[in-house]
Amino acid sequence: MRPLRARYGLYAPAMAGLLFAGPAFAQAPLTYLTSNGPNADAIRPLTWALIAVSVIVCLIIGGLVLAGVFRRPGLALPEPGSPMEVGPEGGGLSWLWIGVGLSSVVLVASIVWTVAVLAHIARPPAKPDTHIEVTAHQWWWQVNYVADDPALDFETANEIHIPVGRPVAFKLIGGDVIHSFWVPQLAGKTDLIPGQTNEMWLEASKPGVYRGQCAEYCGIEHAHMAFVVVAQSPEDFARWRAHQLQAPPAPTGQAARGAEEFQMHCGGCHSVSGTQSGGDLGPNLSHLMQRRTLAAGMLPNDAAHLAQWISDPQNIKPGVNMQDPKLSRAELSDVLTYLVTLQ
Amino acid sequence: MPERVQLQTRLPVGAADTRSLGWWAMIFVVFTEAALFAYLLFSYYYLAVVVPHTPGTFPLGGPLAVKLAGPNTAILLISSAFVAWAQTGIERGNKWRLVGGLGAGALLGTIFLVIQSFEWGNQKFDIPSSAYSSLYYVVTGFHMAHVLVGVLILMALTVWAAMGYFNRFRYAHIHIGALYWHFVDAVWIAIFFTFYLTPRLGLMS
Amino acid sequence: MSVSGYERAPAIADGSRPELRRHLELLWEGEGGFIGWLSTVDHKKIGIRYIVTAFAFLVIGGLEALIFRIQLAWPNTHLLTPEQYDQLFSTHGMTMIFLYAFPVLTGFSVYVWPLVIGARDLALPRLNALSYWLYLAAGIFMYAAFLVGFGPNDGWFNYVPYASRDYNGGPNMDVYALGMVLLGISTTTGAVNFVVTFLRLRCPGMSINRVPMVTWGTVTANAANIFAVPAVSLAFFELWCDRNAGTHFFTPHEGQVLLWQHLFWMFAHPWVYVIVLPAMGMVSEALPVFTRRPLVGYAAVALGTIATMVLGFGVWVHHMFATGLPPISMSFFSAASIIIVIPSAVAVFAWVATIWLGRPVFATTFLFFAGFVFLFTLAGVSGYMTASLPVDWQLTDTYFVVAHIHYVLIGINVFPVIGATYYWFPKMTGKLMDERLGRWNFWTMFLGFNLGFFPMHITGLLGMPRRIYTYADGMGWDWLNLITTLGSFVFAAGVLLFFINVVISYRRGRAAGDNPWDAPSLEWSTSSPPPPYNFAVIPTVASRYPLWEGRMPGSSRQTITQSGLVLDHGKEQIGTGPLDAQADIILKTPEDTLVPLILCLAVTAFFVGLLLHWWWLGIAGLAATGLSLVWWHWPREELGETAEPENA
Repeated sequence: MRPLRARYGLYAPAMAGLLFAGPAFAQAPLTYLTSNGPNADAIRPLTWALIAVSVIVCLIIGGLVLAGVFRRPGLALPEPGSPMEVGPEGGGLSWLWIGVGLSSVVLVASIVWTVAVLAHIARPPAKPDTHIEVTAHQWWWQVNYVADDPALDFETANEIHIPVGRPVAFKLIGGDVIHSFWVPQLAGKTDLIPGQTNEMWLEASKPGVYRGQCAEYCGIEHAHMAFVVVAQSPEDFARWRAHQLQAPPAPTGQAARGAEEFQMHCGGCHSVSGTQSGGDLGPNLSHLMQRRTLAAGMLPNDAAHLAQWISDPQNIKPGVNMQDPKLSRAELSDVLTYLVTLQ
Repeated sequence: MPERVQLQTRLPVGAADTRSLGWWAMIFVVFTEAALFAYLLFSYYYLAVVVPHTPGTFPLGGPLAVKLAGPNTAILLISSAFVAWAQTGIERGNKWRLVGGLGAGALLGTIFLVIQSFEWGNQKFDIPSSAYSSLYYVVTGFHMAHVLVGVLILMALTVWAAMGYFNRFRYAHIHIGALYWHFVDAVWIAIFFTFYLTPRLGLMS
Repeated sequence: MSVSGYERAPAIADGSRPELRRHLELLWEGEGGFIGWLSTVDHKKIGIRYIVTAFAFLVIGGLEALIFRIQLAWPNTHLLTPEQYDQLFSTHGMTMIFLYAFPVLTGFSVYVWPLVIGARDLALPRLNALSYWLYLAAGIFMYAAFLVGFGPNDGWFNYVPYASRDYNGGPNMDVYALGMVLLGISTTTGAVNFVVTFLRLRCPGMSINRVPMVTWGTVTANAANIFAVPAVSLAFFELWCDRNAGTHFFTPHEGQVLLWQHLFWMFAHPWVYVIVLPAMGMVSEALPVFTRRPLVGYAAVALGTIATMVLGFGVWVHHMFATGLPPISMSFFSAASIIIVIPSAVAVFAWVATIWLGRPVFATTFLFFAGFVFLFTLAGVSGYMTASLPVDWQLTDTYFVVAHIHYVLIGINVFPVIGATYYWFPKMTGKLMDERLGRWNFWTMFLGFNLGFFPMHITGLLGMPRRIYTYADGMGWDWLNLITTLGSFVFAAGVLLFFINVVISYRRGRAAGDNPWDAPSLEWSTSSPPPPYNFAVIPTVASRYPLWEGRMPGSSRQTITQSGLVLDHGKEQIGTGPLDAQADIILKTPEDTLVPLILCLAVTAFFVGLLLHWWWLGIAGLAATGLSLVWWHWPREELGETAEPENA
């Protein structure tokens, strides 16, 4: 019987080493192995610790199995008529005592650390002064900023701005089916469930653009329901917020014609503040051109992609609730000219 | 060594009383059906407590009247008593007590179904009216289905008993069917308590 | 001889006498031909049927996965439309978790149990046949829709509101819901059968502390099913009612969306232990054979199995950690989900100690079982990581969980099942499987599996969500997905080698003999394949390792297999007490009958009627069900259910 060259005990750690190479996750926008806010920061070391425990356990057990298999020469398969040796019953219980004993210590320690992290992130570090309500729809994010004074409320979609260094309180409202709000670099997931309102908080400690994505299967275009959280200095954030409160400038010329066509073809689903377009079935487009992406994170926001999206949304995001508006080329050109003014 | 020796003790052969496999099987069928009703009542209590109901909607139109359900409960319990009387009867070899008890049990079970159907027909709400109405019809409906099956079992047993299949040595079928029937009655107590009594004890909105 | 038809003192005799064996053969061999095939109640035939059907679903589910793995190999691929992708991944999950993972274990148990406990069949052979037919019917029912484009498309877990009629107007969800209720009847009838068999059909002397490990694993799972399956059957029935009768169990605001998740996971968490504990039992059963010593810590492993299952009922909320439930109550579930690792650790250290203290026999079964211990550990640690509530808030719904579930399902179910096939195939067919091809089989599967699924841990840590039909480039996932797809194909090739080995060995395998592995348990004391009556005389066992008695240092041969109770007044078995296994009744076993198949068709007709709203068919199905049940239970003299005829 030829001896086995068992490489498998070394296989997993080699794979892990290879794939854990730094560059791999420096360019992964949705990884949570790096974090940029106190909520996610509290979770990250526990995550790494559990990974370390897991790797060590696998190495130990794998090593013991290999050592156990190879420490004595193997036996050949039995021949009929010649019974093989049989070891005694009993013995070996110390393996169980020691193994289970050590494991229990590690497990209880894990529970303690888990509870400690939970206690730490149960409440934000300071009282939030920015309140955002997110309502999830198939397959876009409605974002409402809510202030004490209702005159300071406004709505946007798919892009959330927050001030750096200040906790932000979120109310997560289920719209149609279950979705999940997840921006990994800042916090863990919380679902948006129809019939209830969930609450969570997060905070960014550095300025940046953080990607989020729906994390609960919600239908055909679940794969394309992303959003972006832009963390800005408090001054930039205040400026952005003030700008959002203003209605976009009144259009002239071709843009004005485009505004009329927009109201006719698009206003039933989309709103633009300060105009007659007041639909609430699709994203609010008041300051569309300020956003970095279109179609919930699918496309970069520039004129070419905007034209593609409007003329054939079903081709880009099959199943999306936006029907082809069936604009003629002239109408399309007018509407685009108008949309570009929605800064 | 002789070709055959005898075991010293005589063992019963076939389906003898509660050593029959059918009896043991019915015990676990009862467990699984009990679990089913537990989950049904869990649905009730969960929806009662977790969903914020507008006042007066859970139960819908106030607590259910007991003027039909109360006597109906008694009818079901009496039917169980008759079936138990039939069981002890056949253990003593009394065939006509067996037939009479089973038949009375089946008859009372049928009356229970008739009265409850009447109660269904007189409810002011339909199945799709609300969460409460959904629970009412589905939970009591599941129970009624179990009662119907139980009545059919009792009827079959009555016929088989009258045909002389059972005696004081062989009556496993009777105990198996009776176990099912007693279970169905016990479950009704839990359902009656949940639907008819807990709103009067404060679980309502 | 006997005093009356009601009692008898059974004879004891030598089991090797040819006239006894001929007589038993005539009593126990079933009908031949097509009718015999449809009406058999022989556990050996039904067990093999279960295994073959389950393996067929394994292949189908695997092909589904390979198709969407091609889609996922590169970013922004559009090989499949989103709807096709969603139906494929949902049907893949449904197939593997419901139509393969548990039925294959049931099949092995149906075949092996009576042999390993010294009985001639399960407690309720007709119910056994019914369980199989209902399984097949449910599988066909659920696939019929998939094949015409109406497969489930909301994942195997089927969350509302997406599963409700507002968002899913076609029949997809109705097929899944009713099919699952139908399958639940199969699972429940099987569960009752196994538990009663465990309590009443062990041969004399097989007291509770001598029960084989494979039996412990399966009985625990089946006892759990008795309490867990109604939750999912009810959940699916309530969903069907919401969709078809306008009820409001799960509608937002009126009902409660999370009620679905509670009911579903109250079943589905215990279910994930149900689909691995029997496989772990098989490893505990056969690993000792290939390390030439008894299992270390028998009692600890048996109790650990039960503890895992019981605790498994108390952790379901860990599937709902992101739903916004109060963190205080979720912390209890998080702690319980970490504590439940402890009984599994008992099993792991028992296996490690058994290998360490034994001497390995490098048969293919041993390769699969030793590899299994490592895969089990990997599966366990990824589960341990997700058990921590705040960490799960990052890990959940990413590919990390996909890695975890596949290490559990493939590592703790598929690998032991393949190893168990190499082990018991000789008993079932009388032929050994090819060892050389077996080694190729193992290494291809092992390397392919790890190549395919280990990277998913990393893909998940890099944030790739689950259940997405494609992904953008620049997310850091491209290479990992490509490697996973390649690994999956290598793994599939390994599985193909397994099936090739099965077919080749069935045709041309070396003769196995009664006990090719020199194993200790009772099934190896009878021929390969066993005669229809399993044992000519009922054995009396005196230890956990009957055929190793006298050879383990310090033991003496006390188990008696050559002579024992002769039960030949018809198809008979011995019933024994649940704890001490003392004989207390002679049981009559039914002949082959078509009634289970007819009952299955009647029940299926009822469900088809519900699905299509053909109420006349539903009522006809119910009526046929009732009539079949009455016929089934008609008191029969040959089963000892009736008063004996008066003697003249």
